[in-house]
Amino acid sequence: MTRIMKYRVRVMLLAGLFAVAFMLTSVTAPVAQAQNKDPIKIGFSMALTGALAGGGKQSLVAMQIWQDDINKKGGILGRQVELVFYDDQTNPKNVPGIYSKLLDVDKVDFVVSGYGTNLIAPAMPVVIDRDIVFMGLFGMNNNHKWNYEKYFQILPAGPSPAVGFSGSWFEAIKAFKPKTIALLAADAEFAQNLKEGAVENAKAMGLEIVYNQNYPPNTSDFTPIVRAVNSKKPDIFYIASYPNGSSGLVRAIAEVGTDAKAVGGGMVGLQYAGLMSGLGPNLNGFLNYDFFVPEPTMNLYPGASNLIERYQKKVKAENLKVDELGYYLVPWAYAYVDILGQAVNAVGKIDHEAIAEYLHKTKFTTVVGDVQFGENGEWTESKTLAVQYQGIKNNDLDQFTKAGTRKIMFPADIKTGEVKPFNELR
Amino acid sequence: MRESATVLEPSPLTPELEKRGVVVFLELLINALVAGLLLGGFFAALSIGLSICFGLLDTVNIAHPTLIVAAAFCTFILNSTFGIDPILAGIIITPIFFGLGWLIYSAYYQFFEKTSAEALRGLAFFFGLLFITEVVLIMVFGVDHRLVEARYIGESISAVIGGLEFSVPYRLLTAFVVASAMTLGLHLYFERTFFGRAARAVHQDMMALSLMGVDPVYIKRMAFAIGLSTCGLAGALMIIIIPVEPAVGRLFIGNVFAIVVLGGLGSISGTLVAAFILGIAVSIVSTFFGPSWAPAVSFGILLGVLAFKPTGLFGVGDTR
Repeated sequence: MTRIMKYRVRVMLLAGLFAVAFMLTSVTAPVAQAQNKDPIKIGFSMALTGALAGGGKQSLVAMQIWQDDINKKGGILGRQVELVFYDDQTNPKNVPGIYSKLLDVDKVDFVVSGYGTNLIAPAMPVVIDRDIVFMGLFGMNNNHKWNYEKYFQILPAGPSPAVGFSGSWFEAIKAFKPKTIALLAADAEFAQNLKEGAVENAKAMGLEIVYNQNYPPNTSDFTPIVRAVNSKKPDIFYIASYPNGSSGLVRAIAEVGTDAKAVGGGMVGLQYAGLMSGLGPNLNGFLNYDFFVPEPTMNLYPGASNLIERYQKKVKAENLKVDELGYYLVPWAYAYVDILGQAVNAVGKIDHEAIAEYLHKTKFTTVVGDVQFGENGEWTESKTLAVQYQGIKNNDLDQFTKAGTRKIMFPADIKTGEVKPFNELR
Repeated sequence: MRESATVLEPSPLTPELEKRGVVVFLELLINALVAGLLLGGFFAALSIGLSICFGLLDTVNIAHPTLIVAAAFCTFILNSTFGIDPILAGIIITPIFFGLGWLIYSAYYQFFEKTSAEALRGLAFFFGLLFITEVVLIMVFGVDHRLVEARYIGESISAVIGGLEFSVPYRLLTAFVVASAMTLGLHLYFERTFFGRAARAVHQDMMALSLMGVDPVYIKRMAFAIGLSTCGLAGALMIIIIPVEPAVGRLFIGNVFAIVVLGGLGSISGTLVAAFILGIAVSIVSTFFGPSWAPAVSFGILLGVLAFKPTGLFGVGDTR
C-alpha cells in the first residue's frame, strides 16, 4: 500500500512537472513570437521648434506619410514601422543626448538624422561609436572628416558636396563673365561648408575674392553689411545664409541696392512657403539653389510631384501648421527613410554591416529618382538646381505653385529661362 | 635721386583715386553711424520694458523677449487678416499686454514675492512663462517664419549731401522714431509724475514708500504692467525688422539684458543711450571689420563699462 501510494505520488509529481512545463511553454512561445512582431523602431531628432523648424516639421510629415505607406505594404521585415522622435529645438547641444536616449532607453533598431548639417554634425560621434547605419537628411559635407563607411546622405550635391552644391550656381553665372566675387556666410556649420565650396569654385573660375566675411545668427540689420559689400564693387555676390539671415539680406538689398549682376547662391529659407509669400516681389532677381520647383521640365524626380500633392492634401485636411507647399524637403525626407527600408528588406535582417554594404553597392529607385551613394555616402552625382526668381508680382503664395516664378537656369538640359542680371529684374 | 625715383615709380593712387577712396570711406562711415543709430532705436524698443521690470522692479523677466514675439504674432494677425498697419496694430494690442502684465505680476507676487521666494523660484517662473508662451505660439501659428506688409518695408529714402550718398531704410527709420518716442514718453512719465517717482522709490526703498502711505505692491504691479505693455509696439517693430517664428525671442535675450545693464539698472534714458551705443558699435564693426566681430565688440563694451562703472552708464546703484 505504501509502495503504491509512493508510486502514485511520483506519477502525480511527474504529471505536475509536465503540466508546469507545458504551461510555461504555452505562455512563453507567444511572447517570443510577439517580440518578432514588435514594430521596427526608427529614431531621430528633428527641428520641430527654432530657426529650422519650418523645414523640420515638413520633413516629419513626409516621414509619417512614408510610415503609413510602408506599413500598408507590410512594413519592414514583416514588422510594422514606428517612428520615435524628439524635438532638438534646432539646437546642436540637444542632439547627442537625444541619440543616446534613442539607442539606450528607447532601444530603437535604426537611427536617421534630423534636418540639416548643424544638427547632423553632433550626432555623428554617437552613431560612429555604436557602429550603426546612419542616414542623413540634407547634411552638407558632414562625413568629410569622419569618413564613416555607414553614413549615407540624401542631399543631391554630388561626391564632393561642398563644391557640388554651388557648382550649378557658378555654371549659371558664367553668362555674366564675372571677374570679382563677394562672399558672405552665416556663422554656422552648413553655411561655412557651403562657402568653402564656393571659394573653390570661385578660384576654379579665376575670380578675385574682394569680400569674404561671416555674420552672427542674431544679426538684425544687414544694411551695413550690404553697404560694405557694395563698396568692394563685386561682379557677383554669393550668400550662404539661414532663414533669418536670408530674409534680412533680401530686405537690406531691396533697400540699399547692389550693382552685382548675380546675388544669392546658398540662401536657405527662400524655398519656404512663409518666406516666399512674405518677401514677395523683393525676391525678383535672386539666383539661388533649389531641388524641386514647379517648372514644366522638372522631370529629374518623377515621383516627387505626386508625393508633394499628397503632402499638400494632408496638410490641408488635417490643418497642420507646417509649410503649405512642401517643395523643399518633402521628397527628400520621404526618400531617405524609404532607402533605409528598401535596404533592410533586401538584406532580410537587422545587420548594420550587411545593410551598409548593400547601401553602397545598390542603385535605389525612389520618389527623387535613382539614388546611388558613393564611398563617402554622398550622391555619386550632383542634381542641385540653380533657379532665378522672376516675375513675382505680389505676396500671393499661389503664384509660387505655378511655373515661371522660379525658373531653372542650370542644369542646361532642363533650363526654363535665361539668367538675367539682378537689377534687370528689380 | 629721391625726386627722380618718385617720377619713375609714381604712386598707384592718383589724387582722383585717393579722393574717391576718401569719399567711399566717408559714405560708409556716415551710413554706418546712421544705420547704427536706427538699429539702436530698435534695440531700445526691445529693452525698455525689461528696463522697467528688471531695472526698476528687480523682476528677472526672462520671458520678456518671447512676449515681444507673441506681440509680433498678434501684429501679424491684424496685418494679414484686416490689413491694419503694423504700428497701428502694435498700438491696438498694447492694452492687452498691459492687462497681461497686470495678471502676470499678480501671480508672481502672490506665489513668489510675497513669500520672499522670488530669487530662484521667481526666475523659474519666468522660464516657465517663456516655454509656455513659445508652445502656445507653436500650437496656434505653427513654426513658419511670418512677415508683415506695409508700404515702408523694403523701401528707403536716399539723398546726396556734400557729394556723399546716404540711404535710410524706412522700416528702420520707423522703428527709430517709434522707439524713441516711446522711450522718451516713458522717461518723462517716470521722471515727472507722482506715480513715476513712486515707482523709482520702490526700487530705492520700499519701506519708506509704505510709511508715506503708498501701496508698494500696487505701484510695482502697475509699473510691471507698463513695462509689459511696451511689448505691443516692440513686437510690431520686431516683425517689421525681421521675420518672426516662435523661438526667435531667444536670439535677443543676451542683447536686451546687456543693454539694460549697460544703461544702468533703473535708468530708462540710460537704456536708450546704451541701445544707441550698441547699435552704432554693431553697425561700425559690421561695416569696417566684418559682422562676425560685432557680438564680441558689443559685449566687450559692456565689460569695459562695468569694469570702470559697475552700476552701468546711468545707474545710481542700490541705495537700499
